[in-house]
Amino acid sequence: MGGKKTLTVLTSALAASLLLTACSGSGSEDASSASGETEVKFMHLWPEGSSKKHYDVVNEIIADFEAENEGVTIDLEVLSNEQYKDKLRVLSTSGDLPDVGMTWAAGFLEPYVGGNMFAPLDDLIEEELSDAFVPGTAEAYALDGATYGLPLELNIVSLYYNNAMFEEQGLEPPATYEELLEVVDAFNEEGIQPIALGNRDAWTGSLWYMYLADRLGGADTLNKAIDRSGSFEDPALVEAAAKVQELVDRDAFVNGFNGLADEEAKSMFMSEQAPMYLIATWDLPNYTTNESVPQEFRDSVDYMNFPTVEGEGDTQSFVGGPGVGLFVAEESEVKEEAKDFAAYFVKAWGEQAVEKAGVIPATKVDAASLDLPQMYIDILNELNGASNITLFADVQMSPDTAQVHLDSIQALFGNEMTPEEFAKAHEDALSKE
Amino acid sequence: MGLNAMNKVMSNKLHIALYIAPALLLVSVLVFIPLILSGYYGLMDWDGIGAKTFIGLENYITGIQDSKFWDSALHSFLLAVFSTLSLAIYLAVSIILASKIKGADLLRKIYLIPMLLSSVAIAQLWIKVYNPSSGILNTFLRSIGIENPPNWLADPTIVLFAIFIPILWQYAGFYILIYYAALKNIPESLIEAARIDGATPFQIATRIKLPLIKEVVSVTIVLAIVGSLKYFDLIYVMTAGGPNGASEVMASYMYKLAFNSYNFGYGSAIGFLLLIITMVVTVIVRKVTATKERIEY
Repeated sequence: MGGKKTLTVLTSALAASLLLTACSGSGSEDASSASGETEVKFMHLWPEGSSKKHYDVVNEIIADFEAENEGVTIDLEVLSNEQYKDKLRVLSTSGDLPDVGMTWAAGFLEPYVGGNMFAPLDDLIEEELSDAFVPGTAEAYALDGATYGLPLELNIVSLYYNNAMFEEQGLEPPATYEELLEVVDAFNEEGIQPIALGNRDAWTGSLWYMYLADRLGGADTLNKAIDRSGSFEDPALVEAAAKVQELVDRDAFVNGFNGLADEEAKSMFMSEQAPMYLIATWDLPNYTTNESVPQEFRDSVDYMNFPTVEGEGDTQSFVGGPGVGLFVAEESEVKEEAKDFAAYFVKAWGEQAVEKAGVIPATKVDAASLDLPQMYIDILNELNGASNITLFADVQMSPDTAQVHLDSIQALFGNEMTPEEFAKAHEDALSKE
Repeated sequence: MGLNAMNKVMSNKLHIALYIAPALLLVSVLVFIPLILSGYYGLMDWDGIGAKTFIGLENYITGIQDSKFWDSALHSFLLAVFSTLSLAIYLAVSIILASKIKGADLLRKIYLIPMLLSSVAIAQLWIKVYNPSSGILNTFLRSIGIENPPNWLADPTIVLFAIFIPILWQYAGFYILIYYAALKNIPESLIEAARIDGATPFQIATRIKLPLIKEVVSVTIVLAIVGSLKYFDLIYVMTAGGPNGASEVMASYMYKLAFNSYNFGYGSAIGFLLLIITMVVTVIVRKVTATKERIEY
């Protein structure tokens, strides 16, 4: 597939979606003028086929909203993840964004905000939704002092481990990095590969680097390096990169991790080939409620906060971040209604998401009042006690720099780069911006 | 319709235009217009969403100085070299298949199987084969006593070659089919005459069959080289160009720039450079492999 084909596909997708939007656009105008009703167009990315639970919760919320707000109807369009991204891009070029839709944080919304396509939602956050969000989540959608998204999901990264495998070897879960190294050696001696890691996707390796950086340099060092008030050549960040290579040299990660996808690493953890796996809370259903995973395995999985390193670091500081959030289109003709709906949706989603869809919302949740698996309750409590959540580095960075970061992560893990070169690659990329 | 009626229809310009129009329209909309557009986008600083800023040839100049682009171009050219060399193997296989050996029919069908699979399925299959812990390849290597078999897709020194194998395998059936058809086209009488004159099977193959299908061989060389230069699918699915660009080719680099880095302007420029490189190489290869005399039986 060369340039031609990619473009071909794009062009035909463009043509098709222009046609579609042209039709639906004229249709909705007719409807609103005829009946005097207001129609709010809403686009989301949880199709019935692949995300049934999400899909149902969304429909319930919409039904409730329509019942409570006479005269307002929600016109729904559902697409799967990748198609959603493509369509949003195409709609944005023709000025036909839905009134309410979904966006990702930071780097993703930058071009949309730059093109003046998303409406600032600070008034909602200050009034209707004041104190509703977990600190640090709505901020991920802020740009130049205004907030353009209302987060729906929150994921934090923990080190999941297979308790049964630990017990079999007579090992304790490591509380410090030094203990982690001992555990790694012990598993290796038994011929068991210690940590499942699929670094073909590179954001997975980035999680390890970020946590080591957080523990060694505190919550702010990495953030500052990215926003240019600090530097990647900070000793703590270089040391974090060195620690990554120490883990690699100790054979902490499964064979050939740089060629494995995250899915493959996950399946190694879930088929008990590797006892440890660093991943975010979006995987929680696999360890709690997912009936297609053997009960025995789900019972043996537990999690720990990332260990301290050299006696330093705050285990209540997390790497993570919000997933998708809602935006309201700047050009919307029914902006007030759209904003009302967005605020209503966020609140209702926050009340229902964990229990009904297994998604941890970015709004505060009272764990005690809900009927949840123990692991969910524990994680929600961790969240309430979190001292800091550092947003995923590749999300924080602009798409260009994120690509350099991900490539460098692969090179660092593959021992193709020294920690110093790793720091320099980041400095070079960031200084070009 | 008789030949006369046919000629009558074809002499009417309107009819000709009508017959050509649908195909011409499709090709223009789907190929030529996007081609020109991508060259044009290459002149812009554009993230794919916001406003386009005209920056002249800056993207093209950056591309020409971009070492990552030339690394990926080198990988593409290596693939082209290996694809061309592998044609010799396919040719040998076809000559054997075409010489009435037992089971030739069955074998021909077996060689064709990879062509019937979609690229993604092939990629998934080979990802499993190459899996460093549980893959069939490393399991076999360990069973014959090699303790630390390579991490095929993770080791930057071998990943490129590891990924070439499924690519070559994928297209083997296609080239064998072409050669087989060309060989079957050679009149039996020529072979018969050679045999009577006492030529050995090897002499028949190299002195008679090969020269007679020279034109077909030269076409397959062009196909193999052009196909390699624009190659994308398996690399995208199996390694996404990684680790750290070790298996990046021109098309996957272009994709990464446009869709991962949201650098549509630069990505388009790289796509256009890819087009130019491919065209230049095609012209050169056509010149080099051109056959002067036409063969008629």
